[in-house]
Amino acid sequence: MPKRVETVVLHDSATPVFGDTQKGGSVVVTSLETLLNQARANSLWPLTFGLACCAIEMMSTVAARFDLARFGSEAFRATPRQADVMIIAGRLSKKMAPVLRQIYDQMPEPKWVISMGACASSGGVYNNYAIVQGADQVVPVDIYVPGCPPSPDALIYGVLKLQEKIKRGKAHTLKDLRMVEINARHQEEVEA
Amino acid sequence: MSVDLLKGIVKPVLAGFGITARRLKHKKVTVMYPEEVREQYPRTRWRHFLTRYESGLEKCIGCSLCAGACPARCINVEAAENTDEERYSPGERYAKRYEINMIRCIFCGYCQEACPTGAIVLRKNFELADYNRNDFIYTKEMLLEEYPGQNEEPFTGHYAEKPAPVYTG
Repeated sequence: MPKRVETVVLHDSATPVFGDTQKGGSVVVTSLETLLNQARANSLWPLTFGLACCAIEMMSTVAARFDLARFGSEAFRATPRQADVMIIAGRLSKKMAPVLRQIYDQMPEPKWVISMGACASSGGVYNNYAIVQGADQVVPVDIYVPGCPPSPDALIYGVLKLQEKIKRGKAHTLKDLRMVEINARHQEEVEA
Repeated sequence: MSVDLLKGIVKPVLAGFGITARRLKHKKVTVMYPEEVREQYPRTRWRHFLTRYESGLEKCIGCSLCAGACPARCINVEAAENTDEERYSPGERYAKRYEINMIRCIFCGYCQEACPTGAIVLRKNFELADYNRNDFIYTKEMLLEEYPGQNEEPFTGHYAEKPAPVYTG
């Protein structure tokens, strides 16, 4: 299988190169970040959460023909405590919005949201009193996948774009920062 | 004891692996998507293109019938008059602005049906996902093909390094 190429490379002549990605920062922090990001990007566990017809395409994405397991996302978790990514699959009604927000809050950090389909992303044809006009009014959305519904290929493309985003991300939770501090202190000790 | 063990554990396990072994000779169904793009069905509708005539003139005459037919109200057309100095389309008017909200579009193809000149077509580029919702307002510059016949070219995918394989479902 041919190796995938990172599309966005943050160029900095002074930074070390790990694999095919370049990142800023010191060597220890950089390698830790790369390791964390690779681990996170390649084991994105989605939440079992289908709102409407897009959920059918989400299910067929996991099935044998398209096989999301090739990207480490086959384990659909039935509890938000074990999920990394929420795929908002379908139109989000105003009654459902608080539930969605609660489930999002219950997910542990780091967490990502894929807004799948026209209805979840913007309301689609349902420009009426019952439907939230875009799930980003309720939860922060990382990637939008247009389509009605998006075919499994289109959703896999969205997941790949999300993986790219994660792989070039900085340490962004408190826990990450603490680990980075520990490593920096360790480095000072080594130097002294 | 040993006979019970054979009956209770080893035999079912072997039977289970027998099913696995029989499935091994079947054809593999998985489409290796990012490297290979499956052949889309003939009437698949995805990304829009504004087409040109062979002469290079735009087909769109700015009549806004597509915007009227759109059930999601995601098309915005603003027309302007052609002059002899600035000629974009063969008719009297052309589309000065042509915007599609790709995130609200449901890819029903009604715009394609409504278009009197066949200017707007839906093709098979399904890789439209993006990070920012402002990037989904496709302007006329993004939709208009650069040369006549660009929309007819087969879609190979963003990650693909080789042309699309034959449909193997």
